[in-house]
Amino acid sequence: MLRIEGLTAEVDGKPILKGIDLEVPTGEVHAIMGPNGSGKSTLSYVLAGREGYEVTGGSATLNGVDLLALEPEERAAAGVFLAFQYPVELPGVGNANFLRTALNAIRRGKGEAELDAMQFLKLARARLKELQMSEDMLKRGVNVGFSGGEKKRNEVLQMALLRPSLAILDETDSGLDIDALKIVADGVNALRAPDFAALVITHYQRLLDYIVPDKVHVLMQGRIVQTGGPELAKQLEASGYASVQAAA
Amino acid sequence: MNTVVHSGAEGFLHRFEGLRARLPGQRLAWVQALREAAAAQFRAAGFPTRRVEAWKYTDLRPVSDAAFDEALTILGDGDTLPAPRGERRAVFVDGRFREELSQLDGAGFAVGSLAEQLPRLEGRLGALARPAEEPLVALNSMLFEDGLVVTVPAGVAGGVLELRSLASRSERPAAFHPRHLIRLEAGASLTLIEESTGPEDTRYLHNPVFEIELAEGAVLTHARIQREGVKGFQLGTVYARIESGATYDNFTLNAGARLVRNEIHAVLAGPKSACHMNGAQLLRDGQHADTTTVLDHAAPDCASRQTYKTVLQGKSRGVFQGKIHVHQVAQRTDGYQMNQALLLSPDAEIDSKPQLEIYADDVKCSHGATVGALDADQLFYLRARGIPEAKARSILVEAFLQEAIEGVTDETARAALDSAVAGWWEKEAA
Ligand SMILES: Nc1ncnc2c1ncn2[C@@H]1O[C@H](COP(=O)(O)OP(=O)(O)OP(=O)(O)O)[C@@H](O)[C@H]1O
Ligand SMILES: [Mg+2]
Repeated sequence: MLRIEGLTAEVDGKPILKGIDLEVPTGEVHAIMGPNGSGKSTLSYVLAGREGYEVTGGSATLNGVDLLALEPEERAAAGVFLAFQYPVELPGVGNANFLRTALNAIRRGKGEAELDAMQFLKLARARLKELQMSEDMLKRGVNVGFSGGEKKRNEVLQMALLRPSLAILDETDSGLDIDALKIVADGVNALRAPDFAALVITHYQRLLDYIVPDKVHVLMQGRIVQTGGPELAKQLEASGYASVQAAA
Repeated sequence: MNTVVHSGAEGFLHRFEGLRARLPGQRLAWVQALREAAAAQFRAAGFPTRRVEAWKYTDLRPVSDAAFDEALTILGDGDTLPAPRGERRAVFVDGRFREELSQLDGAGFAVGSLAEQLPRLEGRLGALARPAEEPLVALNSMLFEDGLVVTVPAGVAGGVLELRSLASRSERPAAFHPRHLIRLEAGASLTLIEESTGPEDTRYLHNPVFEIELAEGAVLTHARIQREGVKGFQLGTVYARIESGATYDNFTLNAGARLVRNEIHAVLAGPKSACHMNGAQLLRDGQHADTTTVLDHAAPDCASRQTYKTVLQGKSRGVFQGKIHVHQVAQRTDGYQMNQALLLSPDAEIDSKPQLEIYADDVKCSHGATVGALDADQLFYLRARGIPEAKARSILVEAFLQEAIEGVTDETARAALDSAVAGWWEKEAA
């Protein structure tokens, strides 16, 4: 269970998160929607531990573990995975090597045996196939020269390999064509399990047709201003955020 | 030219007076003449100061202020030689060839000690070196005691030859000045892996000079791994003359020494020849590394590639000076030079000075330089995937070096470089 209570955070001295309260029980998938600049990515970075995002109050725990006290890599080891809104290019770092290093770091943390190059390749090939990605992706530099959609798929590939207990997907659907959207959604749905939770940040109701959320939250100006079921997303799609603002 | 005589230069001139009768070749008139001329040049020039343009960024006072003795070689009890990189290895201790530590049988080409072969080297020793222009080369010419002489006959594939230089532990700082002569005849090839090390607690000066002659179509891969002790100095100069269709492929790793100068003078003397000069400098607190290249495109249709990468920690300083001179005859020259620095500390400093002089009109020549720190977004991306910070940093530094190292295609040379880079990191983590 992800439990966020009274979380406030600022960037460059500017308050962005102004008291977030949110619970995602294990086994559930929640969606976060909200206008541009409302603080959705900020929330995801704060949970993942990015430097420069200063927590000024409140708490965030995953299955009782205080996330805010951990280094980014320790949060990953504790099961947090952030699919970046803007995946970072790593020229000179081979994708296969990167994926294996990450996977083995996570496995070490869990006390599992590390995978050698052959074992890794076998596993990676299986995941690539599921995501309908070409094996070429393994040979290239991480995200280097990847199209927008390929970058997003590469994020999902990482998620599928690392098998987190909490996945935060920050607009993973943006820039995807219709087929890719379906594939990515299948990737997330494949991870759905009693010990898995996800926070899906999106602007589009369509993703939620494929990944049906247990709850939908609306984030505006650094606060969750409304929470509802999947129908809330449809309502927002129809009437925009003005109605929420009025209600809030 | 600077004519101030430094105490350090005085010391070496004194040594020359005392050693003169004992240096190899003392009965050969041409060797004597060469040494005397060099002594006069070194006396006139002294150690270069920063007022000399070519030495603007490298202060030699740590060397010139010190007094050095002749090396009294004693291989300490603890000194063991690591396993050879290839089948053949020439070992030098304090600049002197050590036959009992070397393995040169079955080379298929002539290889041996310069001191022994000196009577047969008239006209060859000194053919390329320019002691009048480079005072440190004058110092070497005045005091050289030994070196490696390699001649690979026409058409012979020489395989891998390792040149191992060790400095021995001593109470008083020692200086040695080996002169290495490498000649590849038409169509010959060789991979020369040169590695220099020394004790961590001894101050010494290693001042090697290479004269490399590559005849038509010859190919020399020259991997230089400089891991001198942290109190050591290496001031090395390489001269290479590359005839038509020949390739000189130099990679230099500077990972040791308190102060190092890696100076290369390469001449593309025949049409369609190629020169690759790549390198990496990995510097820790207190180290200074200077790579200075002077490349002459003196014939048409030649290609040159230079990629140098410097990684700096603590209060270290890196220098890159690269001059490309395209002569009027050198039409259709294809030249590329890139030098990049990664500053891992706010106290580190890099100076870079590219210089293009182009006198031909049909030329493709580009150069560039970048300086930067590790990218915070990249670091976070790696860490967010569970990769510990130290490992994440090392991944990004390796990626930074990749472009320079990937040019080394010879497997043995590549393995040697990879392990030297990895060794630097292990020390870093410790
Ligand atoms: N480094 C920064 N410096 C200053 N302001 C920042 C910085 N990072 C984020 N902000 C501000 O914080 C606010 C929230 O940004 P955030 O990226 O979290 O929004 P978002 O909800 O993810 O928007 P979008 O839907 O466009 O992705 C914005 O006003 C943004 O300009
Ligand atoms: Mg965002």
